[in-house]
Amino acid sequence: MYQATITITLRTSILDVQGKAVEHGIHSLGMSNVSNVRIGKHIELTIDAADEAEAKRITDEACRKILANQVMEDYTYTVKKA
Amino acid sequence: MGRLSTMKFGVVVFPGSNCDHDAYHAVKHVLKQDAEFIWHKSTSLGDVDAVILPGGFSYGDYLRTGAIARFSPVMREVVKFAEAGGTVIGICNGFQILLEAGLLPGAILRNRSLQFICRHVNLKVENAQTRFTSACSKGDVLSIPIAHGEGNYFADADTLSALQDNEQIVFRYCGPDGTVSDETNPNGSLLNIAGIMNTRGNVLGMMPHPERAVEAELGSTDGVKIFTSIIKSMVSMDVSL
Repeated sequence: MYQATITITLRTSILDVQGKAVEHGIHSLGMSNVSNVRIGKHIELTIDAADEAEAKRITDEACRKILANQVMEDYTYTVKKA
Repeated sequence: MGRLSTMKFGVVVFPGSNCDHDAYHAVKHVLKQDAEFIWHKSTSLGDVDAVILPGGFSYGDYLRTGAIARFSPVMREVVKFAEAGGTVIGICNGFQILLEAGLLPGAILRNRSLQFICRHVNLKVENAQTRFTSACSKGDVLSIPIAHGEGNYFADADTLSALQDNEQIVFRYCGPDGTVSDETNPNGSLLNIAGIMNTRGNVLGMMPHPERAVEAELGSTDGVKIFTSIIKSMVSMDVSL
């Protein structure tokens, strides 16, 4: 079994309004040295695959077909033996 | 062939749809057409002449708006219907589902204000040569409500150019006098886009709710023009057959 950990964020070219709002909140706490707050999604999958390459292929397919919308989002992932 | 006086609308019901009955009421009781609900697990659209994907929060808007609904069994039929030239209108969540299904280009982001906005807006008819707007004139201003937290239309520059070149932008947010500006943009949509259609012109997606503007009691009857346009397009098609 393999464990995939996926991170999905808005493409960097898109203004992340949630991130901006949270950044305002952080600044209001006095942490003025914080910037570029971006909010994304964290998704975990358990995958029954023969090897790591297959687990990665399955993870990538899931990201492309449903988990991320590449019109507006980027994704990254790591896969490790569970 | 076909019905000359009335047509049949199919209103798809997803788990979490909440404007399905509004849409049904609009076409059935106000426009006096045939209408039926189609459960999202259905693998057939039956004999409907047009499909409405209604507003709501299908699957709780989990993952992304419309992202899971687009994999409902009925969507395979909706895609086939659209590819065969059938009339499909997606309203609000229905628009989001059409985008996720790839029947329309682009995506929807959270409103730039981060607020859920529920109010009447002015819509400029940018293209009246469509089966959805033939009862309007180009430049008409319609008063139709929006009700969404995520209605901020986004597409890359190439897609936006193509939408403009092909006159696929059907509605834009504007002022009462038809002025399109950032001040009249409620949600941050690029080019103030409120509704677009595919290149073939048979699939329309729009964030505003025409089905909520079909009776004077609701504050506007401008939504009737959109449904009337669809009906006229079907009737004239039947006559030509």
